[in-house]
Amino acid sequence: MAPVLVLVESAEGSLADVSLQALTLARSFAGGEPLEVLQIDPDPGAAENLGDYGVVSAHIADHEGIGSFGPDAWAATVIQLADRISAGAVFAAATDRGNDIMARVGARLGLPVAVNCIAISAGSPITLTRQRWGGSLLEEALLHSPRPLVTVAMHTVAIERVAGSKQVEVLHGRADVNERDLLVRPAEHVAPPSGGVSLAEAKVVVSGGRGVGSKEGFAIIEELAGLLGAAVGCSRVVTSAGWRPHTDQVGQTGTKIAPDLYIACGISGATQHMAGCKGAKRILAINSDAEAPIMVNADYAVVGDLKEILPAISAEIRKAR
Amino acid sequence: MRVLVAVKRVPFTGGKMVLAPDAMSLETKHLGFTISPHEECGVEEAVRIIEAHGGESVVLTLGPPEAVEQLRDAMALGIDRAIHLQTDGGEWDAEGTAGAIVEAIQANEAASGPFDLILFGNESADSGGFQVGLRVAHALGRPVVTGLKGMKVESASVRCEQETSDGRDVYVLPLPAVLTVKEGLNLPRYPSVPGRLRAGRKPVATSTPARPKARLETTRLVVPAGRGRRAELLGSGPSAAPAVVEMLRSIGVV
Repeated sequence: MAPVLVLVESAEGSLADVSLQALTLARSFAGGEPLEVLQIDPDPGAAENLGDYGVVSAHIADHEGIGSFGPDAWAATVIQLADRISAGAVFAAATDRGNDIMARVGARLGLPVAVNCIAISAGSPITLTRQRWGGSLLEEALLHSPRPLVTVAMHTVAIERVAGSKQVEVLHGRADVNERDLLVRPAEHVAPPSGGVSLAEAKVVVSGGRGVGSKEGFAIIEELAGLLGAAVGCSRVVTSAGWRPHTDQVGQTGTKIAPDLYIACGISGATQHMAGCKGAKRILAINSDAEAPIMVNADYAVVGDLKEILPAISAEIRKAR
Repeated sequence: MRVLVAVKRVPFTGGKMVLAPDAMSLETKHLGFTISPHEECGVEEAVRIIEAHGGESVVLTLGPPEAVEQLRDAMALGIDRAIHLQTDGGEWDAEGTAGAIVEAIQANEAASGPFDLILFGNESADSGGFQVGLRVAHALGRPVVTGLKGMKVESASVRCEQETSDGRDVYVLPLPAVLTVKEGLNLPRYPSVPGRLRAGRKPVATSTPARPKARLETTRLVVPAGRGRRAELLGSGPSAAPAVVEMLRSIGVV
């Protein structure tokens, strides 16, 4: 077998955890073969400590036009390097970017791409397990490909370091990108609206579903969220009804969250919703139906009318202060 | 202006995943079906673009005979006509799906003129391969941007807003282009009764492409192990409030 190449992404000056997770799975796939990484976004130093993760070579692609992103240019750069080092497989984290770029790589090379994998074993054919339905279902599959292209589902593989870390060889090279591949590039960046607690990063999220009953019904959700310094979330039924904006939606097609505590009020717990909140450390379900599916996914439950229960909890919190 | 939107028929899964006896698909006997959520927004956007700019909108699906329901649903919202790439119900992988769609697009464009925009969902709700739209764009040699939460068609270009971890990246692509969209792009309308009646009379062009051998070959589906225990009941009704606050205190939230 040949080297395994991993496309890595950085976050705030160091390598993104999801890239370290992808590296860990790629290393187990590689067996004893060399593990090499490619970094395109400019975050100097992010790749230097990768010896701890079994990486032997870190390729840094320089190009003034694509540092901030350009999916076609990134895909072209991945292919150039994979060809140059004769990579036997290419891995990336299954981020929006990772999936986008690997699909472009697959289309250009005329090869299949296995997205959102949680396990993979070398062999002919390769065997793998990947997520479907946002992780609510798993698929076992055979991948028939001379150069497996794989993205690793986020937060499904525990990051492992290697014993006896070696120095990483850092290699800078200029990405050779043609004009056509520079056509698709961001023209500008729009910052998110400020104010409020970000749903994706909140430590506590208070969320409402069909059981809240109306747009106005969210006042008691907002009151409790305010007391807990929490973000407000909701289920898909709520955004479809126009009670809350889609930016508040937790779920497979909304925001995926990983708070310390998720308080789900009047939410039955459909798989579409649970795919978005299964990263929560703890879930408190408040629901009138003691048999709702969320009851087997929650840690704590209160059964009854949320219109009575939420104000009582808010009052109790005020009393305790 | 001509706009094509591709959709996929998927089941409403409800509270729990139940597999068919062969573990190769979900047991759907008791489930309803829908258009995959991101694509519902693609349909709505296609209708709005034609309402604003004039022209023709077309919906396409690759799926079993029953998927004509989803084509009629899209036409009930205002899509003008449909293309049905009919299968026997067996699953197609992303490469096979993209290949059949490319052939259908090329045939349609040869007869009726080019599509200015081709819309896909960012990923399907069920298999979630994140790649059919990108593969089709590559085969057609057209630019593509994924994960859109906003778009605005100008005379010969389209302004696209892609959701990122820290806001939105804005791309301006020349037409013709391929775009993949996410739920939240718009709030899809509900079909009207006259819309439903009109949908029944709109044309559906049906063909039956041959399925190539999958190179990502499913061997079986597995329902992930659940937690295997029920939630700890803190109480019923408002009298549970002190127990809730005690729990919040114990985990450091209050």
